[in-house]
Amino acid sequence: MHGFMGRFGHRFRHRHELPLEGKKLTLVHMKNGQRGVVVEIKGGHGIARRLSALGIRPGREITKVSAMFMRGPVTIQVDNAEVAIGFGMARRVIVEPTSSDNI
Amino acid sequence: MKILLMGNPNVGKSVIFSRLTGVHVIAANYPGTTIGYTKGFMKLGEEMVEVIDVPGTYTLEPTSEAEEIAQEMLADGDLVINVVDATNLERNLYLTLQLAERNVPLIVALNMWDDTKHRGININLEKLREMLGMPVIPTVAVTGQGIKELVENIPEARLPHHPARNHDERWIAVGNIVEQVQFITHRHHTWRERLSDATAKPFSGTIIALAILASAFLVIRFIGESLIGYVLDPLFNILWVPVVLRLSALMGGSGLLHNIVLGHITGGEVDFVQSFGLLTSGLYVPLAMVLPYIISFYLVLGLLEDTGYLPRLGILMDTILHRLGLHGYAIIPSLLGFGCNVPAIMATRILESKRERFIAATLISIAIPCAALQAMIIGLVGAQGGQYVAMVYGTLLVAWIVLGLILNRLVKGFSPELLIEIPPYRLPAWRTVLQKLWMRAYGFLAEAIPIILGAILVINILYFLGVFAAIADFTAPVVTGILGLPKEAVTALVIGFLRKDVALGMLAPLALSAEQLVIGSVVLAMLFPCIATFVVLVRELGVINMLKSTGIMIIAALLFGGLLNLILQ
Repeated sequence: MHGFMGRFGHRFRHRHELPLEGKKLTLVHMKNGQRGVVVEIKGGHGIARRLSALGIRPGREITKVSAMFMRGPVTIQVDNAEVAIGFGMARRVIVEPTSSDNI
Repeated sequence: MKILLMGNPNVGKSVIFSRLTGVHVIAANYPGTTIGYTKGFMKLGEEMVEVIDVPGTYTLEPTSEAEEIAQEMLADGDLVINVVDATNLERNLYLTLQLAERNVPLIVALNMWDDTKHRGININLEKLREMLGMPVIPTVAVTGQGIKELVENIPEARLPHHPARNHDERWIAVGNIVEQVQFITHRHHTWRERLSDATAKPFSGTIIALAILASAFLVIRFIGESLIGYVLDPLFNILWVPVVLRLSALMGGSGLLHNIVLGHITGGEVDFVQSFGLLTSGLYVPLAMVLPYIISFYLVLGLLEDTGYLPRLGILMDTILHRLGLHGYAIIPSLLGFGCNVPAIMATRILESKRERFIAATLISIAIPCAALQAMIIGLVGAQGGQYVAMVYGTLLVAWIVLGLILNRLVKGFSPELLIEIPPYRLPAWRTVLQKLWMRAYGFLAEAIPIILGAILVINILYFLGVFAAIADFTAPVVTGILGLPKEAVTALVIGFLRKDVALGMLAPLALSAEQLVIGSVVLAMLFPCIATFVVLVRELGVINMLKSTGIMIIAALLFGGLLNLILQ
């Protein structure tokens, strides 16, 4: 169920109900078109390293492009590149939004 | 002297390699096209030097098999041409700085230079050269622009003497360079980016995927059937039939030698599928039945590869493939399997874990029929009606899903998450598409024709010696009892080990019902990998896993064949 709420949750619930404190969100919880700065990558060193090779690391600004349904990958834009990140990994990327809505 | 071509995945290393050496390698618009490495030679001044196309890598800290290979090869390179995607300077320069800390002369090919203009990217080349301390040559590999300058500047490659940095320091250094050399001007979204957004969204993406796959199928069929109906069939019927009949008369119309060379010819008519001689079926099956579909399939696949659509299809399929123990990127080896299982199983190297590779390779060998087999299925089963072809594909699809679900539960280990860079859409260059098509079609002819001719020779001799009759009696309980096929069909199943197209052709003279043809096609597709696939399975999975994989194939083939027999007959 988490996946379903993750995809559509922003329509039904308020900010304070989101699993993370303050304004921080995971990539999964961001809206399409929303921008944000990566603040943390949770989980093992391996994941952080794989993501960092693609330019996704704390301090970088990214834009969420889209997400596939049913816990599918999240697509984000980093610089000029688009990167697709599997759902399980996207959940571990914590972002602080710098814009609240669409482009 | 050894020159290494290194860079991030999908920056055009293979295209530059072809330009430098004249050796053609398969290039495509998705990360991970080059899985092994290719060597070639080029003339540099008076000297012939070796050039190596190294698989793409984001970093020298290896995170995947391809990156480990890259790492090892760096040890014995004398010079590195670092291919950099000019539209993604920041990410690419990380590897450049890592290379610059090694003790090897460097030169940068700033590729996709033409793309920077319509993306609103301005790069100060002088400043970049100065900050990196090495020559930087802008190139457009697909058109050949800048390649000459690149070659001329190879002797200028420098040991850059960058200080050793740690991970964070390196990113800071990269950021510093990019800030000083790159200026981005505002620009409007291009149609490619709009299309890119549309294919990445769930709803529009699904519709686009269905439309693309359906039109790919129709185009493949249209080109394949047109080549057969308007080119190859007429050629064989008008030009080759008289020669065959003449030879037949010269050889007395029958006898062992006649049967081996020309097969069974009765009543002055040549049935190219059923006669089974070297100069009849041996030429007609590969050239007039299979080759047209090889050409049409690889033309369409090549176009899809070069536009950059395939990784997007992988994202769309990720959720489904996760249930089968794979992730979305497994769609690329699977699609390659519809051409030939051999390169498909080799392409499973783009998957990260052993578990995924075992599952992907097994599913490909079982449920993905190669183009040669498909051409024969369309030719022989299709003659009975389109619904029977649909039954074959439907059964294979069900087998793919069911076996994937089971393997996902049974195979130990874990499957990592999808993480891929999505390449921008590009318009395929005809030159590279046709070159790739030629390589693949030629590869088919060079490999298939000797085996097909050999198989036909062996079949005729074994028939003559009565070996097949003995095997048929022995295996009758399985073949007739479980699968509901005449006992002679076993010869086709055995020959399937050599070539599946020839094997399916052997079912033709048995006067099978449409339902039996469906069962025969499914069993042939699933039962054994052909010998070439067998070899590559051993190489990629190891003997033990290959045996496991083969065991699964035999069980699955008998199970699905038996079920079909129960349902259909």
